[in-house]
Amino acid sequence: MIEELSTTEQGDLVINVGPQHPSTHGVLHLVITLNGETIKKVEPHLGYIHRSIEKMCESLSYRQFIYVTSRMDYLSSHINNHGCALCVEKGLQIEVPPRAKVIRVLMDELTRLASHQLWWGAMAMDVGALTPFFHAFREREAINDIMEETCGARLTMNYMVPGGVMADIHPNFQRKVKEFLSFFHTKIDEYDELVTDNVIFKNRMAGVGHLSPEDAISYGCTGPTARGSGVSCDIRKLYPYEVYGDLQFEEISEKGGDCFARYLVRMQEMRQSIKIIEQLIDNIPGGEHLAKTKAVLKLPKGEFYSRVETARGEFGVYIISEGGTTPYRIKFRSPGFSNLSALDHMAKGHKIGDLVAIMGTLDLVIPDIDR
Amino acid sequence: MLSIENITHSIDAWLNSAFNPTVALLLEYLIVGLFAISLFAILGLVLVLMERKVSAYMQVRLGPNRVGPGGSLQTVADTLKLAMKEGLTPDGADKFLFNLAPYVVIAVAMMILAPIAFAKGTQLWDLNIGVLYITAVSSLSVIGILMAGWASNNKYSLLGAMRSGAQIVSYELSAGLSVISIVVLTGSLRISDIIASQQDGWWLFKGHVPAFIAFIIFIIAITAETNRAPFDLAEAESELTAGFHTEYSGMKFALFFLAEYVNIFIVCGIAATLFLGGWMPLHIGHWTAFNHVMDYIPSSLWFLGKIFTLIFVIMWFRWTFPRLRIDQLLNLEWKYLLPISIVNLLLITLIAIEGWHF
Amino acid sequence: MNKEELKEHLATLLPSPTFEEGAEWLTITIDPAEWESTAKAIRKDFDYLFCVTAVDWRTHFTMVYHLTSTTHRHTLVVKAKLDHENPAIRTVSDIWRTAEFHEREAFDLFGVVFTDHPDLRRLFMTDEWNGWPLRKDYEDPVNMIKL
Repeated sequence: MIEELSTTEQGDLVINVGPQHPSTHGVLHLVITLNGETIKKVEPHLGYIHRSIEKMCESLSYRQFIYVTSRMDYLSSHINNHGCALCVEKGLQIEVPPRAKVIRVLMDELTRLASHQLWWGAMAMDVGALTPFFHAFREREAINDIMEETCGARLTMNYMVPGGVMADIHPNFQRKVKEFLSFFHTKIDEYDELVTDNVIFKNRMAGVGHLSPEDAISYGCTGPTARGSGVSCDIRKLYPYEVYGDLQFEEISEKGGDCFARYLVRMQEMRQSIKIIEQLIDNIPGGEHLAKTKAVLKLPKGEFYSRVETARGEFGVYIISEGGTTPYRIKFRSPGFSNLSALDHMAKGHKIGDLVAIMGTLDLVIPDIDR
Repeated sequence: MLSIENITHSIDAWLNSAFNPTVALLLEYLIVGLFAISLFAILGLVLVLMERKVSAYMQVRLGPNRVGPGGSLQTVADTLKLAMKEGLTPDGADKFLFNLAPYVVIAVAMMILAPIAFAKGTQLWDLNIGVLYITAVSSLSVIGILMAGWASNNKYSLLGAMRSGAQIVSYELSAGLSVISIVVLTGSLRISDIIASQQDGWWLFKGHVPAFIAFIIFIIAITAETNRAPFDLAEAESELTAGFHTEYSGMKFALFFLAEYVNIFIVCGIAATLFLGGWMPLHIGHWTAFNHVMDYIPSSLWFLGKIFTLIFVIMWFRWTFPRLRIDQLLNLEWKYLLPISIVNLLLITLIAIEGWHF
Repeated sequence: MNKEELKEHLATLLPSPTFEEGAEWLTITIDPAEWESTAKAIRKDFDYLFCVTAVDWRTHFTMVYHLTSTTHRHTLVVKAKLDHENPAIRTVSDIWRTAEFHEREAFDLFGVVFTDHPDLRRLFMTDEWNGWPLRKDYEDPVNMIKL
């Protein structure tokens, strides 16, 4: 069936979805070939928001380049910063104070929650339910307020620096996070009632965009996208960093491999993030929040690679240093880029409405793909 | 008692006494035309505002609240804005059809207004095949939509129009069968007869479970026929940007927009007429005292109340449900609703023949 | 498997692997001509290609492939040295599907040609773009600020 559909013939409809289109959530441009309503081919055209961050980083110092990475996956900016800080720390062999480690993990998980909330709203909007978006934003707003107090920013935080975190947490931080958690506990059940248990929603998602575990690995899919196919790929579990090794949480994985499985993975991940935050929020150790570092950071000659788990999957930072104050070459392995490459494979043979649902469950952030 | 019926009769009497009958008739036509057009304008304003307020309520926000008291003039301002806008016609479009399409859609919506009874004795045209007329004319709106989609020379519009065509033609069947079940119970196609037959109780209650099933199916079918969520595939904004009216702007867009709301009003009006007794107050069998109390509420308020309750339900659908996929939409009609309607119609026929209804 | 065991295991798979010392993960360097056979030999053990990087060393290019096994969790880094004038290497997009996009990116930004690639076009830059932006000798007087 799929093989039959692979070529463009006369009578096929070629349409441009994007670069400005309500469902691409950014400037993604897809050229899709249709036979009636059935998709034959999806070809992503990238680069509308390509800023060549890798090139920019080559002329920025090891303290400066972290700020640029907030602008890649702007919904996981803490985690991007975290990955970069870890890589620099690996090169300089800096020991991060325990307080900073816990704060970092707390911020990562709050970011993951905020990112998944936004995804949930956008996902529902993609399949035509407009109301969840507003509900999701109400909860996300609370997290943004917490971030704003401590980091001074709501979206591009630039809070994590080599050696720890830039400033200590705000005195209100613990109280506000606890308030948020008690509020969000009831709301996440509401999410399930409103969307997850809806028959139309289930029918739209189940059996759509199937990705087998082998294909998920071969396409380099990570994060909830791969875990929805039953592939174990949570960096927090497999290669624990900071205090993740000591925490009690589960790696969520679903066997289905379809859109609904990916959806369920993210919904359960939110609950796991709550669990992690609850374990840490009353146990932030005292002491310094920032290790003493030299004024000018110089990485020794060599190669350093660090991996962290963002809300979308595995984020890798690969620094090649020649011993100077700037990286010789830096490579960011962004999760969205690899996840997007599986889109054509997943969407073939489905309807246009399914393409939108599949894109929704991939949770694409375009600046993360284009970099 | 001051009722619309008395007002129309006194106007009629006065016109006939002041002018000769021909002029009086012409003037009455004029008044009716003005009435229809102003009803349209007011409906558009009220329903758009209502939709925005209802959606805001469901989405934990306030909705329009700046223009006029409580935002009540927001839609007036929006209409002015749309009227000021340039009505663009794309270069590759079939200009004649492109410009004609919104008028076809709005004209169809206006035509269905004719046989609807707004209050006791207030009906533009009580023709003897009223129900048949409504089903026949309402199916014409698909022509306007197909015209818009084809003439726009836009692939999104074309896809939207084709979806709409498949959808309206399919759901017409269920809607038609639900209408027929009431016709079977009543034994007449005339709207006034159908309303009169609900003197002692609405068909929704009198017709046992089958009438209730017919009502549910009719509500689903009219939601689909008016292209409202969860059946808004023709304009699915996350898939087709805006579907068949992607290329329309300014007043032409406003006409589509208006037609959508007028259509909702009319189909809810039909539902109210067929199943909820039209302008007939809530009467229960031989409870004379209760029925007398109910009679004190003017018939026009009864009718409007029923319509707006149904409209609220349809808006509720829109702001709660995700959209169906095209194949699921057609499956729902052809595999579920249509067979159920057919069986249901047989049951209703049995009820009507045996006289089991109240 | 630890590094030493992995080394022994690779020696059974590959004819004569050259190991590079001192890195976090086991690193082998290969001749670009052997890449296809090497990739096929290690595909079974390393099913997940998570990063493809091109590096411009001014005198030559290096392609760096980061591979992991999703079952045994061991990681391998494969490096291939390419000529600076005509950088070319066999594609592995048929072996690891993810390579298709990563290789297009490397082609777009470094001008590394991947032979037998099914769809080797510019990915981020426009089709008519001149030059390879991430090369060290790339000059763009309009869009780049000299620091």
